[in-house]
Amino acid sequence: MKKKVAFYWCASCGGCEEAVVDLAEFLLDALEQIEIVFWPVAMDFKIEDVEQLTDGEIFASFINGAVLLSDQEEVVRLLRRKSQVVVAFGSCSHQGGVPGLINTHDRQDVFDYYYHNGPTVQRNGNEMPTPTGAKAFHVALPEYYGKARPLNQVIEVDYYIPGCAPPPNVVKDALLQLLSDSPPPRGTVLAGAHSLCSECPLNETKPPEGFKIKQFVRPSQVTHIDPDTCLLMQGLPCLGPVTRSGCNALCIKGHMPCTGCFGPLDGVRDFGAAALSFLASLIDSNDEAEIQRIIDEGLPDPLGTFYMYSFPGSLLNEVLQKGRQKARAWREREETVEAQTTENQ
Amino acid sequence: MKQGNGTVPRIGVYVCHCGTNIAGNVDVKAVVDFASKLPGVVVAREYKYMCSDPGQSLIKNDIREKNLNRVIVASCSPHLHEHTFRHATLEGGQNPYLFHMVNIREQVSWVTEDKMSATEKAKALVEAAVYRVRYHEALETKEVPVNPDVLIIGGGIAGITAALTLANAGKKVYLVERDYSIGGHMAKFDKTFPTLDCASCILTPKMTAVKDHPNIHLFTYSEILEIDGYVGNFTARILKKPRYVIEDRCIGCYVCVEHCVYKTPKFPSEFDEGLGLRKPVFIPFPQAVPLIAAIDPETCIEFKSHRCKKTCQEACRDLVGRDAIDFTQREEVVEVQVGAIIVATGFKTFDARRIPEYGYGRYPNVYTSLEIERLVNSSGPTGGEIVMRDGRKPRRVGIIHCVGSRDRNFNPWCSRVCCMYSLKLAHLVRERTGAEVYNFYIDIRTPGKGYEEFYEKLMQEGVHFIRGKVAEVTDWTITPEETGKLVIRVEDSLVGVVRRIPVDMVILSVGLEPRDDAEEVRRQLNISCSSEGWFLERHPKLAPVSTFTDGIFIAGACQGPKDIPDTVAQAGAAAAEALALIDRGSVELEPNIAVIDEQKCSGCHVCIALCPYSAIAFNEEKNVAVINEALCKGCGVCVGTCPSKAITQQLFTDEELLAEIEGVLLV
Repeated sequence: MKKKVAFYWCASCGGCEEAVVDLAEFLLDALEQIEIVFWPVAMDFKIEDVEQLTDGEIFASFINGAVLLSDQEEVVRLLRRKSQVVVAFGSCSHQGGVPGLINTHDRQDVFDYYYHNGPTVQRNGNEMPTPTGAKAFHVALPEYYGKARPLNQVIEVDYYIPGCAPPPNVVKDALLQLLSDSPPPRGTVLAGAHSLCSECPLNETKPPEGFKIKQFVRPSQVTHIDPDTCLLMQGLPCLGPVTRSGCNALCIKGHMPCTGCFGPLDGVRDFGAAALSFLASLIDSNDEAEIQRIIDEGLPDPLGTFYMYSFPGSLLNEVLQKGRQKARAWREREETVEAQTTENQ
Repeated sequence: MKQGNGTVPRIGVYVCHCGTNIAGNVDVKAVVDFASKLPGVVVAREYKYMCSDPGQSLIKNDIREKNLNRVIVASCSPHLHEHTFRHATLEGGQNPYLFHMVNIREQVSWVTEDKMSATEKAKALVEAAVYRVRYHEALETKEVPVNPDVLIIGGGIAGITAALTLANAGKKVYLVERDYSIGGHMAKFDKTFPTLDCASCILTPKMTAVKDHPNIHLFTYSEILEIDGYVGNFTARILKKPRYVIEDRCIGCYVCVEHCVYKTPKFPSEFDEGLGLRKPVFIPFPQAVPLIAAIDPETCIEFKSHRCKKTCQEACRDLVGRDAIDFTQREEVVEVQVGAIIVATGFKTFDARRIPEYGYGRYPNVYTSLEIERLVNSSGPTGGEIVMRDGRKPRRVGIIHCVGSRDRNFNPWCSRVCCMYSLKLAHLVRERTGAEVYNFYIDIRTPGKGYEEFYEKLMQEGVHFIRGKVAEVTDWTITPEETGKLVIRVEDSLVGVVRRIPVDMVILSVGLEPRDDAEEVRRQLNISCSSEGWFLERHPKLAPVSTFTDGIFIAGACQGPKDIPDTVAQAGAAAAEALALIDRGSVELEPNIAVIDEQKCSGCHVCIALCPYSAIAFNEEKNVAVINEALCKGCGVCVGTCPSKAITQQLFTDEELLAEIEGVLLV
């Protein structure tokens, strides 16, 4: 009997869906072994179809995108119940991804920007979405919780396929491993075990005595990137050393530094912190003012550089959310005190 | 709480009273009660002095009787007694690295005012340790052989003493001196206090002994470029600066000096503090060791214009037959391997120009004490006659004490030697010139064998003592008796009046300061400096010549102002410490080093250039980084940097640190 498989997308760009299609002929081969029972972006199944399956009937659900809205949470919980294996597919599902950077703004800011302050927004009145939605059409809008979450913050996740989007070779290897008789232990990230440097063709251009960096540059600032020298040594903030391998250095071969979409290696608690830590250590200066200048000139967006894909799962995010909670509690208390004072008057 | 590394932890916690040092401010019993209820704790005890024999026996007995496999002592700083308790753990039959120390003295009782919060803090730290130790693993120390040779930096009386002591014990010594001759400051003195014996008479034999000793290799006019390595195995790179005279050929005959194109000396002699003159080719002083000429390229015509007749070279070649002068000599770098290093780089004197009120540099008859040392020296510029720059003999002399010392505007410390050398100079000046000598002092400090007696003797000799800090030295005279003299204005604090004392000559008793390059030397050697810049000893009382870097010892005034007897005693102590290290034959290296998991290493090269000790190399074959255990100092830089989490630091693993944080936050 063919194994049942589901695909679902949450907050994502659609690139991960493309990654499945990119499997090309392999997908046709795979269909000998698997049967797709749910794939909103490509096939006409409804939620009801999934609901009708018995629990655990689906062999594996591949879920991409970060969990941002209430409907996404509902569906992934349903898929969790119906599936033996849940695979977080792609950077957003794995670590929060680019949509995860929304967590640096609170819920109100996001709404204000999208509905009032954004440069492309026409201001007509004070229209705001509410969970009960636009009643005229008898549909309910899903609720935005105020933060994006990687899949494992919502449901239990068995495997991860990293990448933004995961390249075909990685997806293919992962599928083969999952379908094999001896699948890898749960929790495994289905890609390389070492950092990108281990498979990077430029790794051997590093001198044996190591190297340090005097200046960082952004790819847009340089007219010429030497294709035969380690990009990091040229001052491009390549996150290869801290990023899991598996992509065969796709970006590097395209003369662009690694931005870390495959996430950290096992044992690293916080990708951005590890990235920051290694890159900062390489700065070739002991003078604080000079170091500040090197950072200001070459790394103008540290959050976007170090946490491009991993913010929602980071310690930094935890700190931020806790701080926000405290601030909210503080504000509410102030307001109550104020209300009481007014009342007393 | 997590399980730790597999074995079920059986923890013993020992809280020390340290007399009242800890117990006075921490409720020790409450900490013990608290600890005894923590998970994994089998026994918790208190004791008055854990470091004492009975205290250590508690640990040993409990390990045997209660099968402890983790030991925690909450007491003082690990610097003081970590070794003690590790040893006790070992003697009890457990691996010493299953022990952990909590500092509740320096970090708690001494710095926390409120007893209740001190007790809470002590509890938190103990709980942190209880959580941490379950991740401890048995570690092995590594033994490495000790190179028996010793490097001594600085050839003053401290360096000389240490060198001779070690060389007489049969050890090979490399003595590096920055100047042309060894001898340091002491070689400039005429007499030493309080016995007034002749400085050169007691120093010169030692200097010659250094030169003649088969075990001492002397590098003069040389500096340390770089020190690498670790206790027992240091590599020093020594820069030999060119003196333009081939050392092996020169016999110190002065023929070159006599035949220099300059018929008379024209340039200020550094050794004579600028009071005497020398030629471009010179021997710094008659007792110099080595007695070898040197050419100063700043003043030599050959170096300035290449047009000198080079009569010195000719004379050396033709008259003496040595051909020792070589204008093409270049600097040379020599590398030596040693097991221990003694730093004896000495001091510099306070720059009297920094106190413009005292007129040094403005009034020719204001001298520093070091200049007077040269003036009274029989081999000095005046042959020991005390005459002023205008050729007159002084009839009234004022000696101002504490110049730059005990002064919050300059140096807060007492320079320790100035009182005594001022008394000595007062005696010598009076003896040689019959002048009236006035001492202006804040306090007279004469603690030392025979020092107070010397002071007493001077008072009887009729030297004047005026208690008060001098306000100013001025040539603005009022009365006829002041005319042509310098006037010292001072508040006589014993009488309570402001006095004006006219004198012919003023001697400024300048204090002692760390050398300008002390910070650089400190960095080269990786030792510590106090905030003032003196090299820091490991313990002010119990380890006065050791530093926080194993194998490096300090002696003499580079550690703080001290006189010759103290310096010599300290140099002997440093030599003895070095000997103890060498004769042990090997050292144990602490296992708190970084280790690389080859399975995890991605070969990204990031750690390599960051290691401050160059302990990491790259293995091309395996495509992994490799740490040289002997070079690793456990600083943790690579551990924090490794993007693959392939490097861990023993005794400071992530698990241990996170458990410690968890524990400290739980209270």
